[in-house]
Amino acid sequence: MNDFLHIPSDLQNTYSGLIVLHLREALIPVLAGLVVSLPLAQLCVRFRWLYPPVLWSTTVLYAIPSLAFFVVLIDYTGMSETTVMIPLSVYSLVVLVPAIVDAVRSVPQETLDAATAMGFGPVRRYLQVQLPIAVPTIIAGLRVATASSISLVSVGMLIGNQGALGNLLHDANIYNRPVYAVNSVVTTAVLAILVDAALVLTRVLLTPWMPRGTGRAGRKTSGDRADAAVPALEESAR
Amino acid sequence: MIRIDSVTKRYPDGTVAVDRLSLEIPDRSITVLVGPSGCGKTTTLRMINRMVEPSEGTITLDGVDISRQPVNSLRRSMGYVIQNAGLFQHRTIVDNIATVPRLLGQSKARSRARARELMERVGLDVSLAKRYPYQLSGGQQQRVGVARALAADPPVLLMDEPFSAVDPIVRKGLQEELLRIQEELGKTIVFVTHDIDEAIRLGTMVAVLRTGGRLAQFAPPAELLSSPADAFVEDFLGADRGIRRLSFFPAQALELKKTPIVAVDSTAEQIAARTTPETPYLLVTGLDGRPLGWSEPEDLVAGDIDVARLLPYGRPFAYGTDSLRAALDGAVLSPTGWAVAVDDAGRAVGVVSQQAVGEAIRAAHAKGLTAAKVAG
Amino acid sequence: MNVLTFIHAFFSDGSHWHGYDGIPTRLTEHLHYSLQALAIAAVIGLPIGLITGHYGRGGNAIALVATGSRALPTFGLLVLMVMWLGFGLGPVMIPLVVLAVPPILVTTYEAVRSVDPSPVDAARGMGMPESRILLQVELPGALPLILGGLRSAAIQIVSTATIAAYVGLGGIGRYIIDGLYQRNYEKVVGGATLVAVLALVTLGVFWAVARVAVSPGVRRSG
Repeated sequence: MNDFLHIPSDLQNTYSGLIVLHLREALIPVLAGLVVSLPLAQLCVRFRWLYPPVLWSTTVLYAIPSLAFFVVLIDYTGMSETTVMIPLSVYSLVVLVPAIVDAVRSVPQETLDAATAMGFGPVRRYLQVQLPIAVPTIIAGLRVATASSISLVSVGMLIGNQGALGNLLHDANIYNRPVYAVNSVVTTAVLAILVDAALVLTRVLLTPWMPRGTGRAGRKTSGDRADAAVPALEESAR
Repeated sequence: MIRIDSVTKRYPDGTVAVDRLSLEIPDRSITVLVGPSGCGKTTTLRMINRMVEPSEGTITLDGVDISRQPVNSLRRSMGYVIQNAGLFQHRTIVDNIATVPRLLGQSKARSRARARELMERVGLDVSLAKRYPYQLSGGQQQRVGVARALAADPPVLLMDEPFSAVDPIVRKGLQEELLRIQEELGKTIVFVTHDIDEAIRLGTMVAVLRTGGRLAQFAPPAELLSSPADAFVEDFLGADRGIRRLSFFPAQALELKKTPIVAVDSTAEQIAARTTPETPYLLVTGLDGRPLGWSEPEDLVAGDIDVARLLPYGRPFAYGTDSLRAALDGAVLSPTGWAVAVDDAGRAVGVVSQQAVGEAIRAAHAKGLTAAKVAG
Repeated sequence: MNVLTFIHAFFSDGSHWHGYDGIPTRLTEHLHYSLQALAIAAVIGLPIGLITGHYGRGGNAIALVATGSRALPTFGLLVLMVMWLGFGLGPVMIPLVVLAVPPILVTTYEAVRSVDPSPVDAARGMGMPESRILLQVELPGALPLILGGLRSAAIQIVSTATIAAYVGLGGIGRYIIDGLYQRNYEKVVGGATLVAVLALVTLGVFWAVARVAVSPGVRRSG
């Protein structure tokens, strides 16, 4: 076990230090992506013609391999954390924009009309009606985005050891010690699962109106709506 | 004959959908299962084609226990029509209808020919054959559903609220179509609805089920209306069951008065001749014999009858085909209190007062006359 | 825009168009890896998704498998597989398949579940066997969504298959990895552009497949 947690000295970091670094490199981009995608999605909802071109360009951006993205950025931001985080923010944005657009659009018109009739202004209506109803879908998008982000940080290893836990992969190669690679893969996967669980918990807390528990009932009554939304995201986002 | 013998359906969570239900469903007639939601009517229907398996009891078809028959061949021998038609949206209309013949191994060409034949039978234009379901209206889709169920010419037709999702006017058309098709084909139809009017309109026999899946009454519609078994059935039939029961008495029982009818071009003598003390009004008809409106005799000036000033005549009833209910309705709707009887061509053949309709109702009740179904 | 300059320089360089390191060769290799990974992922994901979706059971297990597969870092998995299994195509296929199975599996499952239940009920009531209900009623209705899942898997594979170059294989990733080590940004940008173009072509292919395979009755009503 000690062997498993041993971190080679050339990384100049501890196990927990790498974890914190990895989470920072993965989660700040998702947060940045969320902050940008909320207004962008709102624009796409407001001006319908904007959505198809946004969707097309984001699909192309999403297809660009992360490594190529990193390398191009080295010229501007050097071999730094920032270089890793900028592409990851873009990927998060790409997943989140369609998720939010679809979620906000799926709020029934009657609900919106009812809110307007009760005297909600557009801003209040967005914040207090549309956004809360969209929460499950947004979180489903965040789950896809964080999982992909946490996985992709490791690739940063290739640009001057900016891959946090991914750097262990490099050492596994040069010292020929697979245990470092196992450590990297397992720790990254566990991180991803824990963050995913935290997001699911957040959704349950934020949406007390939704049926709890797992969907064991029949068709179309599946309790876990957020999971149901994931394929739609993957469908539209990638 | 389909025989349901003390059948119970209990779900794992303990809910009882159908409770010791026994019914004998007569051949070649329409049996309607009706009741409020949760009364187990759909469950009962679905047990007949084993979409739901009963917990207790048996269902036999022509004396054979259906649970001993291979489930798919049993289902192929019964047409099945559901609420939203359940058409296959990826198949054309003709291929939708051809589904069961194809399942039974018939050739594509033969199945399609049969499908086209059925389209005509259910009143669909054959030009729709190559369309997809989304290109059809709700009522047309439902006709396709019926055609699909009839495609393999099954002796039994199971219909689960087939007309509930269409608007009232379309529904009435579909109901008439079903009665017409039934007259031609004579299937054994089990029909589920929550609409008591539909049940009374279509059913040869009506089974009223109460919440919890128990049979409240099983009777022909006229009997249901005249002697409901208990307060539940009475309540379910609604407040105006007495009026609705009149649909079972033909209007022909009425004695029409033919005197107080004058054509619009009548002379003063003709008007005078048709004025009698017991009819305070005269019905003016056009030259084609169709009613135009009522007038008091003294207001009629021969050769100068102002049609616009006539009193409206309400809704006439068809003497040959309508029921006492339509006659009463006509009398109530008419400002003069007199109903107008017309023939098939819409020509006035006589008039009848509210009192006369009332007497006819009393007479009909006294005779217990329950003639065969009368439309309207 | 120096990125555009790089793109222009890369594609106008005649030496990039032939030989073992030429664009046609690398493109063919890349397509080969991608198609193989997609085929394996589809063979795993489609039947499981169809059957679980048809019976409406196992949704939780599928969500769990999907979450787990998504959590596995693709690049880390590649390095680990190479260390365990040695160099070759196998160690590359494993992370690509792990990457592609969740979208295929989850979308197929959800696509079958979201098919209008009333035609399914009608089909069952007409005496259609379950296998035919799945293949002739549910599958045609679910096809647009299923193709969407395959499409997102395909695009992810096309983008990620570049990692094959890290373990000495070919494909478009060769340009990116070599460019990184040779500090030749022209190659990196050129490789990235090729991947993006391939992704767009993939979108186009799926669009065409959907035009042909999806019944007009489903396409217009859905």
